[in-house]
Amino acid sequence: MSSTSRPAPPESVLDVLEIEQRYRRRAGALGARRARRPGRRLPAWVRRPDLLLAVAVVALVLAWALVPSVFTGQSPIDGVPADRLQGPSAAHPFGTDHLGRDLFARVVHGSRLTLQATVLAVLIGLVAGSAIGLVAGFVRGVVDDVAMRVVDVLLSIPALLLSMALITALGFGTVKVAIAVGIGTVANFARVMRSEVLKVGAAVYVEAARASGVRTSAVLLRHVLPNAAGPVLALSALEFGIAVLAVSALSFLGFGAPPPAPEWGSLVSGGRDYLATAWWLTTLPGLVVAAVVLSANRIARALERRTAA
Amino acid sequence: MSAPLLQVSDLRISYGSGSHRREVVHGVSFEVHPGEVVAVVGESGSGKSTTAHAVVGLLPASGAVDGGSVRLEGEELVGLPERAWRSVRGARIGLVPQDPTLSLNPVKRVGEQVAEALVVHGLARGAAARAQAVELLTAAGLPDAGVRARQYPAELSGGMRQRVLIAVGLAAGPRLLVADEPTSALDVTVQRQVLDHLEHLRRESGTAVLFITHDLAVAADRASRVVVMSQGRVVETGSARQVLTAPRHPYTASLVASAPSLSSARVTALPRAAASAVPAPAAPAAPVGRAAAGAGEPLVQVRSLVKEFALPGRGRTQRAVDGVSFSIGRGETLGLVGESGSGKTTTARLVLGLERPTSGQVLVEGRDTAGLRGRAWRELRRRMQLVYQNPYASLDPRVAVGETVAEPLRAFGVGDRASRRRRAAELLEKVQLPADVLERRPAELSGGQRQRVAIARALALDPELVVCDEPVSALDVSVQARILELLVQLQADQGLSYLFISHDLAVVRQISDRVGVMRHGELVELAPTAEVFTRPRHPYTVELLEAIPGRRALEEVP
Amino acid sequence: MSSALAGYLARRVGQAVLVLWAAFTVTFAILYLLPSDPVAVMLGGGQGEQVDVDPAQLAALRAEHGLDDPLPVQYAAALWRTLHLDLGTSISNGAPVTRLIADALPQTALLAAAAFALALVLGVATALASTWARWGWVRSLLLALPPLGVSLPTFWVGLLLIQLLSFRVPVFPALGNEGAASLVLPAVTLAVPVSASIAQVLARGLRTALAEPYVETARAKGASRARVHLRHALRNATIPALTIAGVIVGNLLAGAVVVETVFSRVGIGRLTVSAVNGQDIPLVQGLVLLAAAVFVATNLVVDLLYPVVDPRIRLLGGARASARRTARATARPVVGSTS
Repeated sequence: MSSTSRPAPPESVLDVLEIEQRYRRRAGALGARRARRPGRRLPAWVRRPDLLLAVAVVALVLAWALVPSVFTGQSPIDGVPADRLQGPSAAHPFGTDHLGRDLFARVVHGSRLTLQATVLAVLIGLVAGSAIGLVAGFVRGVVDDVAMRVVDVLLSIPALLLSMALITALGFGTVKVAIAVGIGTVANFARVMRSEVLKVGAAVYVEAARASGVRTSAVLLRHVLPNAAGPVLALSALEFGIAVLAVSALSFLGFGAPPPAPEWGSLVSGGRDYLATAWWLTTLPGLVVAAVVLSANRIARALERRTAA
Repeated sequence: MSAPLLQVSDLRISYGSGSHRREVVHGVSFEVHPGEVVAVVGESGSGKSTTAHAVVGLLPASGAVDGGSVRLEGEELVGLPERAWRSVRGARIGLVPQDPTLSLNPVKRVGEQVAEALVVHGLARGAAARAQAVELLTAAGLPDAGVRARQYPAELSGGMRQRVLIAVGLAAGPRLLVADEPTSALDVTVQRQVLDHLEHLRRESGTAVLFITHDLAVAADRASRVVVMSQGRVVETGSARQVLTAPRHPYTASLVASAPSLSSARVTALPRAAASAVPAPAAPAAPVGRAAAGAGEPLVQVRSLVKEFALPGRGRTQRAVDGVSFSIGRGETLGLVGESGSGKTTTARLVLGLERPTSGQVLVEGRDTAGLRGRAWRELRRRMQLVYQNPYASLDPRVAVGETVAEPLRAFGVGDRASRRRRAAELLEKVQLPADVLERRPAELSGGQRQRVAIARALALDPELVVCDEPVSALDVSVQARILELLVQLQADQGLSYLFISHDLAVVRQISDRVGVMRHGELVELAPTAEVFTRPRHPYTVELLEAIPGRRALEEVP
Repeated sequence: MSSALAGYLARRVGQAVLVLWAAFTVTFAILYLLPSDPVAVMLGGGQGEQVDVDPAQLAALRAEHGLDDPLPVQYAAALWRTLHLDLGTSISNGAPVTRLIADALPQTALLAAAAFALALVLGVATALASTWARWGWVRSLLLALPPLGVSLPTFWVGLLLIQLLSFRVPVFPALGNEGAASLVLPAVTLAVPVSASIAQVLARGLRTALAEPYVETARAKGASRARVHLRHALRNATIPALTIAGVIVGNLLAGAVVVETVFSRVGIGRLTVSAVNGQDIPLVQGLVLLAAAVFVATNLVVDLLYPVVDPRIRLLGGARASARRTARATARPVVGSTS
């Protein structure tokens, strides 16, 4: 592999130079400022309590999914008919449903299926998308063109509809929903990874490494990947939130696990018949979904900011 | 003596809030009288730009004036409410900003942007404002102003954009114009034209100018009085001539000493053993290189090098490098000078093999390297290395300095981990960095220190040729001087050859044995340094020489 | 019209056609090539229940849908039909797919238009207010709204609104397509995430623009805050915001799937859900193609708008267009999918 970059039109070269000069000025000013700033800094969690809360929320629901019995002793499947449709109380923090099942237990146990699907979906997108983006951005040329046209096409179909088309072909169920949602996120991962690789690949320090004789593979491993990984990590957090939304929406529409297995989306849809009488059946599981997604977004923003700094 | 137009007294400005609050301007005082040009000179971090922004009331949100006063025609500006500021800005104080590329709105026609300055102060509207904008642009020296006024910033060159910005600054007829590094982003010849024209306009309108610059020579050329700032304080104020010829403050003296355009002496190396001794005068220090250069085959020969880039559109190309030939001897420094777009950087990249020439040859010890690939191309790295312009971008922010320096060794499998580490420490010592830098990351270092790290990396494999692409243009002058000294010292110690690329003729003079002048891809002149400066043959070289600032102040009778 | 501009437009149209063709191919691949046997699925009536299938009946169905031909022939035939706007017949009720879509489209278009108008107003207002506000806490509050908006599950927002404004305080009907009042809650539900996306992208664009040196130039002329915001920053901020127009329209369609289900409205969304439930492959393919066509058409309109908003594209044609293309590709997906 030679180090010659493709001949670029001078205009764009000039643009790059302009941007570089800007960067230089700002970086210079920032650098000088940072260097002089006094060393005593508060720990991150004191300065950003909302971020701490977001991490706590995500950690909590992951713990629900891993060891649900620690958080609730009640069965998510078998109800006590006498206790049906009770509002939130000390015994039933989230109330009970029309079969007298404890809603909190169903939400805690439901996190297992929902988060399984979410994590699987993000992993599919992360692995497949990053691989495509990495290859496209580093090899460039025809490979890049083909890969990006495919990504364009995937992006032209709204993610939810693409997932639904895949479900039509694959059938229903938690894992199939996960695969369908995961394939829908491949395009996002691919384009972010590609653009990061292109950006980092064009960085002067990467050329400097090559010009000092470092092999292409070493450049990729030591310089390109570590610097490109940050934004991809931030995207993973963001996509986690989006996948929670997509998985619950598909479950709400009835494409997830068959009843009585609890999933967050199907819990909300199950409460639809009691909207007028039992508000908690839709409100509380939905609130959990919203809190998790909001927390994932908050974490994604923090990661993004850290990589930008 | 008239009453001052602008009176800044004991001005204190700080940035940040709470425990991060930090004062950056510590009680600055100076005056500008009607019709006078006052230059504020300082390096980055001196607070000169912050002071200028306080004068126009445009400090960034995190900045605030803590004390002191800024009086315009006797009226206090500090603490003025935003609404009142609006009738001051533009109408009474104009601003010519720093960066002509970014300081015009890309989606509005330039005429409209000039007219806006009239419209907001109710001086003209509609067609009348547009007509007046064309007049202002003509006055600012924009050719075909009627046509240009209907164009967008992207259609104008940097020099033209700066003229538009001057028209904007003067549109509403302010009595004071604050010019914040108005030409730093421009090529020297354009810079000279723009500044000449600004001076002409100022004479006609009687506007006073507060001129902010990092370049002492430019300041001395253009201003009647110079205010020297350092670390948020005014260290010296005086006439341009006095500051240049008889600086009172040691900081000013060091600034004068390190300004490349004010000295013609070549930077010389000290014998290692006698590093503490008084430096010998410039003349006898015959550069190690020149003696060696005569003997034997040159290290690098470049023959009829051509590089074409494809332009957008069918089959159109642009010649970035057009038939360039030169050679670099062992231990010699060849300087390549040219303005932006002259092809000097592309030439350097061709020499290194980072670009492939469209035609022509690059011979290293007589062997053509232009077509090398793979292994052979990598082997070339042992002999030729590169130091980049921008030390903020050329070091991987995630990698510790020691590893960066040792990376070429690792790449070629030189030694084991421990020996590479020792070598990295040696190299850092050689570039005069303390050993504890080894573990640090680039962000913790200053610009000058980073450039030293980049030089250490370039030296790791003991190359014969080091290509320096504008290695000091991103640095403050005092730092510049030290990096140049280091480069010369290293050359003397190791017999290196340099290809030294710069836009700044004055810097090239300080370090080169021979100088090549490039323009539009062609090498228009190539001669020993002294000859280029005393008997330039090409008219363009003459033009470049005349554009070097700092001559007028010394020549003119005050 | 300059030749640069003409070339730019020709390339855009060509790319749009290409994307549509590729979208057709992708859906064909997903629906006809994945392991499930379409005919068995059709006879099974969805949900993968195994039914005893009469082999003769199976063969007949295969022949009827051309599924016994070699794959390339099937593909070519399907493409040829699609080019003539014939999307086949629905498996569940035998009606032409085009007619089913045409019947459902007006209701969804109405819903989407109402939601978009609302979202545009809310989004632009939030973005402008969040950069305009002088007090830090107001700014922080306004800036916190968009992330909240994209995080709320659409189905949950719809159900909450029904609870509050149909049951607790009966202002609007909970269900159905009857009259303007029935449109209010669905449109508001759909507008929440869409307005949040608009606000996020526009606020980001405004912040970027307001930090640019040309804003300082404008302020140095004596321009007021309003002038700086509306005449200088907003137009520059619109350019990046336009890049997400296609995503916004896609979100409106995807959101309609959920919203129409929640509010039991007739429309494309409900049609999609029932098509997936019945594994009605021709209908699903038709609906996905519709979504892709709408997305592509939106982007084409945006591409035509670019030269109007950004003179640099008019001047430099392709060079800038490709830069913008990269910009679109690299824009961070701050916009969540509407689910």
